[in-house]
Amino acid sequence: MAVSKGKVTGVNGNMVTVEVEDVVSLNEVAYIEVGKQRLKAEVIRIKGDNAELQVFEMTEGLGIGDLVSFTQEMLSVELGPGLLGQVFDGLQNPLPKLAEECGFFLERGVYLGALPEDKKWDFTPVVKVGDTVEKADTLGTVPEGIFEHRIMVPFNLYDRYTVKEIVPAGSYTIKDTVAKLEDSKGNVIDVTMSFTWPVKRPISEYAERLRPVKPMVTKLRLVDTFFPVALGGTYCIPGPFGAGKTVLQQVTSRNADVDIVIVAACGERAGEVVETLKEFPELIDPKTGKSLMERTMIICNTSSMPVAAREASVYTAVTLAEYYRQMGLNVLLLADSTSRWAQAMREMSGRLEEIPGEEAFPAYLESTIASFYERAGRVRLKDGTEGSVTIGGTVSPAGGNFEEPVTQATLKVVGAFHGLSRERSDARKYPAIHPLESWSKYKGVLNESRTEVARSIIFRGNEVEQMMKVVGEEGTSINDYIIYLKGDFIDSVYLQQNSFDPVDNSVSTERQEHIFNIMFDIITGALDLDSKESARTWFYQLRQKFIDYNGVDWQCADFKKLESEILAMIKEKKTGVDESLLAKQGEE
Amino acid sequence: MRKVYSKIESIAGNVITVKAEGIKYGELAEVTTSFGKSLADVIRLNGDTVSLQVYSGGRGVSTGDEVRFLGHPMKVSFSDNLMGRIFTGSGMPRDNGPELTDNLIEIGGPSVNPAKRIIPRNMIRTGLPMIDVFNSLVESQKLPIFSVSGEPYNELLARIAMQAEVDMIILGGMGLKYDDYLFFKDTLEEGGALSRTTFFVHTASDPIVECLLVPDISLAVAEKFALKGKKVLVLLTDMTNFSDAMKEIAITQEQVPSNRGYPGDLYSQLASRYEKAVDFEGAGSITILGVTTMPGDDVTHPVPDNTGYITEGQYYLKNGRIEPFGSLSRLKQQVNGQTREDHRALMDGMIKLYAANLESVEKKSMGFRMSDWDTKLLKYGVIFEKEMMDLTVNIPLEGALDKGWEILADCFTPEETGLKTDMLNKFWPSK
Ligand SMILES: Nc1ncnc2c1ncn2[C@@H]1O[C@H](COP(=O)(O)OP(=O)(O)OP(=O)(O)O)[C@@H](O)[C@H]1O
Ligand SMILES: [Mg+2]
Repeated sequence: MAVSKGKVTGVNGNMVTVEVEDVVSLNEVAYIEVGKQRLKAEVIRIKGDNAELQVFEMTEGLGIGDLVSFTQEMLSVELGPGLLGQVFDGLQNPLPKLAEECGFFLERGVYLGALPEDKKWDFTPVVKVGDTVEKADTLGTVPEGIFEHRIMVPFNLYDRYTVKEIVPAGSYTIKDTVAKLEDSKGNVIDVTMSFTWPVKRPISEYAERLRPVKPMVTKLRLVDTFFPVALGGTYCIPGPFGAGKTVLQQVTSRNADVDIVIVAACGERAGEVVETLKEFPELIDPKTGKSLMERTMIICNTSSMPVAAREASVYTAVTLAEYYRQMGLNVLLLADSTSRWAQAMREMSGRLEEIPGEEAFPAYLESTIASFYERAGRVRLKDGTEGSVTIGGTVSPAGGNFEEPVTQATLKVVGAFHGLSRERSDARKYPAIHPLESWSKYKGVLNESRTEVARSIIFRGNEVEQMMKVVGEEGTSINDYIIYLKGDFIDSVYLQQNSFDPVDNSVSTERQEHIFNIMFDIITGALDLDSKESARTWFYQLRQKFIDYNGVDWQCADFKKLESEILAMIKEKKTGVDESLLAKQGEE
Repeated sequence: MRKVYSKIESIAGNVITVKAEGIKYGELAEVTTSFGKSLADVIRLNGDTVSLQVYSGGRGVSTGDEVRFLGHPMKVSFSDNLMGRIFTGSGMPRDNGPELTDNLIEIGGPSVNPAKRIIPRNMIRTGLPMIDVFNSLVESQKLPIFSVSGEPYNELLARIAMQAEVDMIILGGMGLKYDDYLFFKDTLEEGGALSRTTFFVHTASDPIVECLLVPDISLAVAEKFALKGKKVLVLLTDMTNFSDAMKEIAITQEQVPSNRGYPGDLYSQLASRYEKAVDFEGAGSITILGVTTMPGDDVTHPVPDNTGYITEGQYYLKNGRIEPFGSLSRLKQQVNGQTREDHRALMDGMIKLYAANLESVEKKSMGFRMSDWDTKLLKYGVIFEKEMMDLTVNIPLEGALDKGWEILADCFTPEETGLKTDMLNKFWPSK
């Protein structure tokens, strides 16, 4: 099949119509020649001899008759060693390299290789001549930073192959042939350490999918204890502007107990990426002792970069995640914000003049969101090892109202919902995850029946608080008032967590369990407090101590001292257990 | 000489079509009508049919008028001669000065490579305690003033412009009332800042397409000055008018609206302008201060809502004051640690007490009994509003911090403030 050519016959924003001479396929990549520049584009609709292309660049200067060449390839990413620690745009252009070449600005039409071509990798073969292999089987490994990067049979080789040659251990570049494989018809294929894969096609080289049952620890108390996320699971963070979505993802990208983190900055501020970019190389990952950047990749298509590439960027990110999952690693993909991705789809759909759905989003919005999150999962690979891709996406609902298409479509498919609330962020109660509206279907790290009790006290405390707004403190009984104080106490010392405090910003599950138990003693206790005034004073003092306690290093001298003071305070007032609080909610 | 076309095929709204060949997307043309000349740019190509958006509008254009393509996209002249001058949205003189045609630069150029950006680090002092103390403005920040209509937002903008330590001011006016335009001119002139200011002004009575050009032309010029090492402050007022111009044009072009009539790409359109704010390593910077009026005092209206998702915080102007709660400078942490050691502690402490005061105010209004503590808070609230929040207060940051301690000492005992002991020992005023 010959590579097709064509000519531009129409331009409308970043949508270009091309008259094609030969066959083209949907989602095929093409290049439009404008003067000396070649602009990358993707076929998104075909009508007779006309193909409609979305261009991944600004289209100023295009004219009728400009030449177009098609590539027969779908939009793909390059896979191989050297991806970790990099910063790419939505089409996998390495941005720092681009800056070396073009300076301050993103020049259009410049596409660079994603992987370092001259770098030598220490390859250790694991197959030998005569072995039979198929796609995704490991041919050898190279160390990539702290990981053992598997060099696999490319996923687009669909036959069974006999290893004809395999290079001895030694150092090679990604362009060197490391193996020769013979297919069933006797053709010999040269295999290097890198290959490409189309971003919109999930990588499904595994033996089976497993249920996401292991918690993914974030070191955020509110998340791990009350709204947990699972390895291989999905979750979303909707919230109005400024409520803390990005900060939440930033702390998760630092602290999450996974092997690799991929940050997909999708249509948001460039400045936020810069923070990660400049800070991560300096931050040491306590687990590995190496810089955090060594386990991180950033895919960044910020809000002023071309919209079509924004649509592609989340797929680029998830494809890289699936690739590292194939090495038996746990990968976390954080996408900020999926609403911008949905809006990119909406813009394209508008230009195609498709029939619009709700708020002008295309009718396929829901299924597209669903199939994106479906790419998360925990899997058993063919060699028996396990790997996972966990996806967390922020959602930026118009007007902060969750009753809108993107939030609703996302809620249908994710396993946990961390809804941020304007009232909480205005009151500077961070993380502003709403404790009553959020939910998770995953299992947490602590004893579930105990967290349920805490949850019901938060709920009842809130009821009393609402009532108090009407009847005042005077009209509230002392028992109700104490429940209100208990709810407020949980909120202040456990739900809220200072992301900018060097100690409090990340709390191990061991510590979570330890302080939860102390808190549990307080909130379920029958307390000898006879006036509202004395109750308030006692709780406020206890709160102050507990916050100080949260701010000191685990098990240091101050920690022990504060703990014994807290225990002494409890002992002084606690007379027993308030059984009514332990009752199951349904039995009330 | 480029070919002149004298048959306009269709005229709808601000858009005309002609049959022409060899035309580029985005190219500029000159349309000559009986009312004079106007620029127009190519917004769509379909075979040999070229659609152009006429800057002065479609009104009065006749099918026999002449269209001459200029062979290049929209450009603006860039040189030091811009200083002190006033132009329209399409770069034509509004004052009596000469038209500038030398050193033309393109507008709406590519965005900065994120890898080339740096973490913002310099505070811009304004003399307003509600900004300097509580929500510091940072060089290269993009920040709108969210304002209910009728609030003195242009006065606030002019004051910040006058006091800010920057090398250049570019004022982009969109749908500006003529009086407001004169107000800016006079204020900057009196303050001696006019000679380092360039105006690009679209007034409410000017053609709507020119409104759309104002941010791009202002920011293109700002970018060039910044690359030459200048600290540039760009003031854009009012971005709601800009968005409404986009809405109007999208609707006449029969685009499917997404939310209350606004086009689906409102976010991207606003973002591509605001994201021009930058600090160039080794050169100058662009800081953008915009105004976004909120129709019906509704922050969830599409324009303030989309803006909030783009900018690095907002100043919320209400009842003639910058509200401490709706307002947020997301970059303040980058700078307020290096000013004076009591800055952050005082900022947090005073805001917490002011929040407590508001609760007492509410309790009082509901007729609940006031405790001693409530009474103290109420006193504090009154003084805080007068000495800190009032827009007429004009003191340097250090003066405002000292004043903060005085106010606290006037209303509370040291322990009641909840501030850390070491801060109290050092800064509590001795009576
Ligand atoms: N956990 C936190 N601790 C302290 N401050 C926080 C926290 N989360 C958010 N903030 C404050 O709120 C500001 C906004 O947070 P963030 O940028 O995460 O909001 P967002 O939800 O991502 O908003 P947008 O939708 O506009 O991007 C931060 O700059 C910071 O000042
Ligand atoms: Mg954000």
